[in-house]
Amino acid sequence: MILARPKTVSSILPLVWGMKSLVVAGCQECVTVCQAGGRKEVSCVAQLLEIAGKKRGFLFTIAQVTVFRQCDNEYLAPLDALLKKADACISLGCGVGVQFIAERHPAVMVIPGVDTVGGGGTVIPGVWEERCAMCGECILAETAAICPMTRCAKGLLNGPCGGSVDGRCEAGPDLPCAWEMIYQRLRKQGRLESLTRIRPPKNWAHSGSGAMRKVIREEVMPCLSVQPLK
Amino acid sequence: MSIGPAAKVIEARTGSRLEKVLRAGHFAVTAEIGPPKGADGRRIQDLAFLLRDCSDAQNLTDNQTAVVRLCSLAAAVHVLHSGGEPVLQMTTRDRNRIALQSDLLGAASLGVRNVLCLSGDHQRFGNHPEAKGVFDLDSVQLTATVRRMREERLFMCGEEIKVPPRVFVGAVENPFAGPVELRVLRLGKKVMAGAEFIQTQVVYDVEGFARWMAAVRAAGWHKKTFILAGVTPPRSAGALRYMSRIPGMRVPEELIRRMEKASNKPREGQRIALEIIDQVRAIAGVSGIHIMAINWEEAVPEIVSMAGLYPRPRPN
Repeated sequence: MILARPKTVSSILPLVWGMKSLVVAGCQECVTVCQAGGRKEVSCVAQLLEIAGKKRGFLFTIAQVTVFRQCDNEYLAPLDALLKKADACISLGCGVGVQFIAERHPAVMVIPGVDTVGGGGTVIPGVWEERCAMCGECILAETAAICPMTRCAKGLLNGPCGGSVDGRCEAGPDLPCAWEMIYQRLRKQGRLESLTRIRPPKNWAHSGSGAMRKVIREEVMPCLSVQPLK
Repeated sequence: MSIGPAAKVIEARTGSRLEKVLRAGHFAVTAEIGPPKGADGRRIQDLAFLLRDCSDAQNLTDNQTAVVRLCSLAAAVHVLHSGGEPVLQMTTRDRNRIALQSDLLGAASLGVRNVLCLSGDHQRFGNHPEAKGVFDLDSVQLTATVRRMREERLFMCGEEIKVPPRVFVGAVENPFAGPVELRVLRLGKKVMAGAEFIQTQVVYDVEGFARWMAAVRAAGWHKKTFILAGVTPPRSAGALRYMSRIPGMRVPEELIRRMEKASNKPREGQRIALEIIDQVRAIAGVSGIHIMAINWEEAVPEIVSMAGLYPRPRPN
């Protein structure tokens, strides 16, 4: 899932100060799972904004809505009527959700209510960890399904640096060295020869360093001869 | 990009003095210069002057520990001006493949004949922990890139280089980080990528170093690259204790106690360095030492001399 961390309401407040009508929009997908932008968090943010406004003698009108998926245009319709009247929308979706809402409602100021962190999962309740850097060129088959792009602090492709000691990363004693994990797992699998292969430099054009990435698959596109209903 | 095995036996071909010393079978001595945190070329020239006769080449660190300093390329030119033989350290932390290849051409054009390829300490350690780490390449890929530029006369992209950079290519290894098997695999990768010499992390734990060297010899890598053991004379017990906390360093506790008890600490530190030099020299497959006398460069000439390694050979 996409991991996100809630922004503080005090950091959002100055952006909406002086506005009357706000919409706080949640998403039922990833941000619900990582408890940053689901129905519950939408309600919290809305109430905190209300209280903060009232304390300063100001009354916001705040609508709350949580859609099935903010990153899908089809599911954004429930926002349409509300956003026509609103001064701003605080989206608790990931960065994709924020932008999809803004693309649909270009006249409305859309404010991110979370910081989008990356691709990860729940390790224990309350702890989420990154696992995927979304580099666009997956090499997990060669690295015993441990991602050096996210789990090695330097994103090294050819083994550990000289700063890893006793299986710990030099960038933080609480971080395990990804390459030592890869080594241990490959060893158990009897595939250590994989570590002797020199991995060529990565093609960062497939990553976020290139231009905006786009996945186009004609086989799943709707038949072009059929005109969409007006 | 194609990556071929490197051979140690080839004739010297870069014009590097360090390469000639090593290929002639001499026990090599290199020394480290840490560029200052300021636009002070004079300091580097003075240090180069101090070290040029007692060492075969002088390493210029590249923003070591991720602290901003005078750049290693400019520092290397200061060393050339002082009659020294610079080893340009290049980390992949701060520059992408475009900048690294460009800097290498610039360095070679100015007369730099040795390059050391590293990934570099994580930016989190330095004085700009908010910086974006580049790591477009890793040290193995940089090593292969430099060799390819020199021998195949090709940029990474495959375009031709009319005047290739004639540099002797080195890399680093830490014998003390993690499982020996993994460290030797990693060393092998660097050698296969084209590392002609290896400078190691500082050796205080000689036994641990000897174990690593035994594994290196078992794999045969010592025949395909020149291994220079890292030596740092400790100036005080505090300095030793500080080093023991650096990731990747191993300092035996009894060494720290020995320094604490010593009445003349610099003298004791010098003695420790000399003992370590003697011990690593006796280990088969060790081709030289790399002295990193951090903020104590003045001690190097005497140590080299007392170790019986002075004067340095001057092969043609």
